[in-house]
Amino acid sequence: MITNEFYPLFYTFNFYVFALLALMSSLFFVTRKSPVSAALWLVSTMFALAVLYVMLDAEFIGIMQILVYAGAIMVVFLFVVMLLNLGQPSEFSDIRKNGPRLVAGFLGILLTAELLTLAWSPLDARLLVTTVPPSVATAGAGGIIGPVAGPLFTEYLLAFELTSVLLLVAIIGAVVLAKKRS
Amino acid sequence: MTFTLAVPAQLMQALLPDLVLMGGAMVLMLMSAWGPESASRQRAVGLGSIGVLLVTLGFVIWYATAGMTSTAGIIAVDSFRWTADVILLIAAICTIGLSIEFNARESIHYAESHVLVLFATSGMMVLTAARDLMIVFLGIEIMSLAVYVLVGMNRRSERSAEGALKYFLLGAFATGFLLYGIALIYGATGTTNLLTIGQRIHDFHLTQNAMLLIGIALLLIGFGFKVAVVPFHMWAPDVYEGAPTPITAFMASAVKAAAFAAFFRVWTESFGQMHYAWILPIWWLAAVTMIFGNAVGLAQRNVKRLLAYSSVVHSGYLLVAVAAGTLLGSSAFLFYLFAYTLATFGSFAVVCAVSEPGDKKLGISDYEGLWSVRPGLAVAMAACMLALLGFPVFGGVGFFGKWYVLQAAVTSPYQLVPLAVLLVLTSVVSAGYYLNVVRVMFMMPRPEGATDPAPLGGMTKLVLVFSVVTMLILGVFPGPLANWTRNSRPTPPPATAADSAYMVRPIVAATP
Repeated sequence: MITNEFYPLFYTFNFYVFALLALMSSLFFVTRKSPVSAALWLVSTMFALAVLYVMLDAEFIGIMQILVYAGAIMVVFLFVVMLLNLGQPSEFSDIRKNGPRLVAGFLGILLTAELLTLAWSPLDARLLVTTVPPSVATAGAGGIIGPVAGPLFTEYLLAFELTSVLLLVAIIGAVVLAKKRS
Repeated sequence: MTFTLAVPAQLMQALLPDLVLMGGAMVLMLMSAWGPESASRQRAVGLGSIGVLLVTLGFVIWYATAGMTSTAGIIAVDSFRWTADVILLIAAICTIGLSIEFNARESIHYAESHVLVLFATSGMMVLTAARDLMIVFLGIEIMSLAVYVLVGMNRRSERSAEGALKYFLLGAFATGFLLYGIALIYGATGTTNLLTIGQRIHDFHLTQNAMLLIGIALLLIGFGFKVAVVPFHMWAPDVYEGAPTPITAFMASAVKAAAFAAFFRVWTESFGQMHYAWILPIWWLAAVTMIFGNAVGLAQRNVKRLLAYSSVVHSGYLLVAVAAGTLLGSSAFLFYLFAYTLATFGSFAVVCAVSEPGDKKLGISDYEGLWSVRPGLAVAMAACMLALLGFPVFGGVGFFGKWYVLQAAVTSPYQLVPLAVLLVLTSVVSAGYYLNVVRVMFMMPRPEGATDPAPLGGMTKLVLVFSVVTMLILGVFPGPLANWTRNSRPTPPPATAADSAYMVRPIVAATP
């Protein structure tokens, strides 16, 4: 039977798994020769970081990490790689060897086991896992986005507005450099 | 009038000059996009930009003379900001003056080039005002992004593209250092406000905190890249050579001045009490910059590269003023920046005038016998070279700039006398290349078959005459400028209970 003491164990285990995953992925990201595998390793880094954010009770930042970095920015990267025709299918084989497959399978089994244990555990353990995180508890009416949104539109309003100027400059610059030569 | 920065409307008023410039830049951006590219549109937008900059300059001078102040907050309203802004705006006006005719000559019909100069200048003005690391970062990025594009503006030149790419990649790398430093400093102190950082370092005895020290070191590297001090100067010569000449002048003066102003404010307001930790690194950076920059400068045969190394060396001289860390250091710093900006624009105006379409004729040998064909240009160039060297009377205000920096170094409590001696010695070395340009122009015969430089355009002439004449007049009567910079220093507002309640976020409240 599962008792409460497993919860901290799971937490530590998850932390080490995803911290190592983030470190390894970023190492592979900078050492791969093929741009496509490098980009995919970066996606993996972003996902591992997102998990770490969620574990720090910053769910909103975690979701943003996946949506913005792993989603939008990496898609743009891959588009550029595709349009420039840089990817070589023969180099695209980081996960097609037996070693990496074993590691991935082992990790997958461990995480599934963890999930199933929690799902079948008695009520009190599940309650512990699903306790309201401090960020939500202290956020009040704003929910988990409140602690981000509040300062952004009060204390850091100027920084927020300056960011829009920064993006405008970036757009003008990109348009000017991409225009046809006169 | 004292602005309460916690009130958004008053924050906007405190930023009025910056907002005027940004608004003007956006209107001109629409104007430049509203029709086909043409030489006349490029010129019209350029003249409009000069107008916007002059209006902004008017606002800055109004605010400076009205003695506006503010409560503590994310931006500073003090004389240091206004003086630095005046230097930046003069540099931007001169840049656009040179750009209008340079672009016409090189048939760069992008009117956006002037708009980007305006945006870069607004980023710089934000930078001089910033009293929060977040705003410092955004100011640096607005400035840098615009300048990355400006460097690559000449689409026909491979060197321009190479310079832009190099600057962009290394600049992005340096930004990483800067951000990481800011993150660690936030981690150590729990705030990004410059004054609160200083306060927390004092209150919580953080002077030995490893995280804070690493943060400061990373911040120093980030700023070192932006102001191009040795060993973070690697990008400067290639980028300065590749960029369109007016933009090179802009980078050598305004970009450097703005980054230095933020550097100075961060260092005095946040880390003033930690001088024992940073004085040695800055000491060595300044020393290495002065020695290495001058030694390599001696070997240059291209005028733009020579001026690039000269600008690296001048970063070293300015670092001496930063290291002094006193009020005299602050006034010497601004005085030097003003003098250096004038001399830079004078010399780059001559480079623009002597070079030919396609950015050719930039070798020092192309200046041989310039005196015999264009005596005016030769005299102006000689005055600027002497000013950069720090020669009295003929070099105008350059001499007093160096004098004040030396004075600040010698009277500093941090034992900078060896650095002052080094400054004088390396200045003597720099005579090797500055005077070489003068010698080539006046004592060498004009080579057979060398074509005369094309006649000067009106704007270039105006910029040249303005900078050289101002420089020479201030060289004889430096009093007003010295008084003005003496009263300009970063002035922290007196802290009130309401301010600190607003500024200090409850970061320690969560601990049981």
